[in-house]
Amino acid sequence: MRDLQPSLNQTQRVRLQSALRQLHSLPSSSSSSPLSSVAVADPIQVNHDDNILKGHGTLDCDGEVVATLCGVVERVNKLVYVRALRARYKPEVGDIIVGRVIEIAPKRWRLEINFSQVAVLMLSSMNLPDGIQRRRTAVDELNMRSIFEENDVICAEVRGFQHDGSLHLQARSQKYGKLERGQLLTVPAYLVKRRKQHFHHLEQYGVDLIIGCNGFIWVGEHVEAGENVGMLVEDQKKTSTAEEESWSFTPLETRKHICRIANAVRLLSALGFTLTVEAIVDTAEASLASNIEINDMLGAEFFVQTAEREVQRRASMVRKKG
Amino acid sequence: MEYVNPLTGFRIDGRRPNELRQIKGELGVVANADGSALFEMGNTRVIVAVYGPREVQNKSQQNNNQALVRCEYSMANFSTGDRTRRQKGDRRSTEISLVIRQTMEASILTHLMPRSQIDIFVQVLQADGGTRSACINAATLALADAGIPMRDIVTSCTAGYLCSTPLLDLNYVEDSAGGPDVTVGILSKMDKVTLLQMDAKLPMDIFENVMQLAIEGCKAIANYIREVLLENTKQLESRRGG
Repeated sequence: MRDLQPSLNQTQRVRLQSALRQLHSLPSSSSSSPLSSVAVADPIQVNHDDNILKGHGTLDCDGEVVATLCGVVERVNKLVYVRALRARYKPEVGDIIVGRVIEIAPKRWRLEINFSQVAVLMLSSMNLPDGIQRRRTAVDELNMRSIFEENDVICAEVRGFQHDGSLHLQARSQKYGKLERGQLLTVPAYLVKRRKQHFHHLEQYGVDLIIGCNGFIWVGEHVEAGENVGMLVEDQKKTSTAEEESWSFTPLETRKHICRIANAVRLLSALGFTLTVEAIVDTAEASLASNIEINDMLGAEFFVQTAEREVQRRASMVRKKG
Repeated sequence: MEYVNPLTGFRIDGRRPNELRQIKGELGVVANADGSALFEMGNTRVIVAVYGPREVQNKSQQNNNQALVRCEYSMANFSTGDRTRRQKGDRRSTEISLVIRQTMEASILTHLMPRSQIDIFVQVLQADGGTRSACINAATLALADAGIPMRDIVTSCTAGYLCSTPLLDLNYVEDSAGGPDVTVGILSKMDKVTLLQMDAKLPMDIFENVMQLAIEGCKAIANYIREVLLENTKQLESRRGG
């Protein structure tokens, strides 16, 4: 409830509270054991006989395992660690992230990705727009600004940590690259779960949705993979103004859809619900079904309705299981 | 002036000598910060925003082994009884910034976040005695909210000695009485002192009593802070769902 605080009236407040209380009482679907939340300096119950491994967020204090973060205790075989909520993004190799260019340095771009350092995208670890595999020359280096400029939003993949501790990215596929004509939303990173698919094309809306693992979410007009490249080549051949216009023009309908999806994301993140493509589309559909204007999606009534719908959804999931 | 009523033993604001003011902590009050908290001790009210761990702004200060912790303390113009215009870098605020920074740095596991910086911005909204303690308590809450690993919960509390009685958690009237004023900061679970300040003279045996009282106060605050954090964590996790 950090960035969005709708002014609720008395009934809405009561409804919201009861919905949140129900969420609290519902058993968690993922873990069979009851949730064990810890705060900083809370002891974690462990059986010392089977020599356990202390993971992230734990500390040995006088022979007792103690949490150093606020979060949930997770146990995997012998490993005990604390999964932090509301912390900055912790990159893992292969994560798909969305970031913003903040600096162009020799042979590299520096990107802000909500991590404790800036990430580095080397010129050599991305495909050139002409699609030819070759060594990067000094000319390429001079033309780096024609690929990405400062403040461009980019989608890339985490390549790994270098020896000096810096984080490197790569963009070796046509699906990665510059993102245009859309909105970038920032949500807490813990609301995004790692999944097989982070790129989504919502066909019914003509919208692309990229849920970056770092909590940056891109909602933009749909672009066919590779279309971008084709355009660049064509640009060099002939630049007819009409064609350029159609390229830079986004129909009003699509713009509305982008805003609707973006507001759905804002709403879910304000409520602190997990952001999955299903939840986002559900929220957008629900707003359409109940004839709610885009700007009213962030109002009090729909805020409470969304919370109540989430309760029903989770309750039905529990019922199916049980 | 009588600060403790000799008949009833109550203080000016009606508290007992070993009674804290009402405390209240709230998390997530600044939308753009990584972590933020509002902390109240009676009429003293402090807001803290934590940014980071993030890229070091001044590269020459970057440390390859640990995080850089910075702290900025300021008092709002309207925080005291008489409205005064304050400069940013006056002696008092630089000193308190340093105190808060050192106290928090003792608890933050800085070696886990090399090449990064953590900024703590503290602002006093209402000053009614014990701002230093309130700032440290608020900073602990905000750092925990930002998900920054810490050894222990740092809490702080003041105690004084007036009318031959050790008094816990002095308010502005008692603070400006000119008696000794002991500010103690402890790591609550490890029972270690990270801050101890007094700018007056006090006999050894009385000092020990006063300090013990302040430590009791710190522990009570630590219990409260723990509850706030745990409640917040449960709340976030239950909303996020499985």
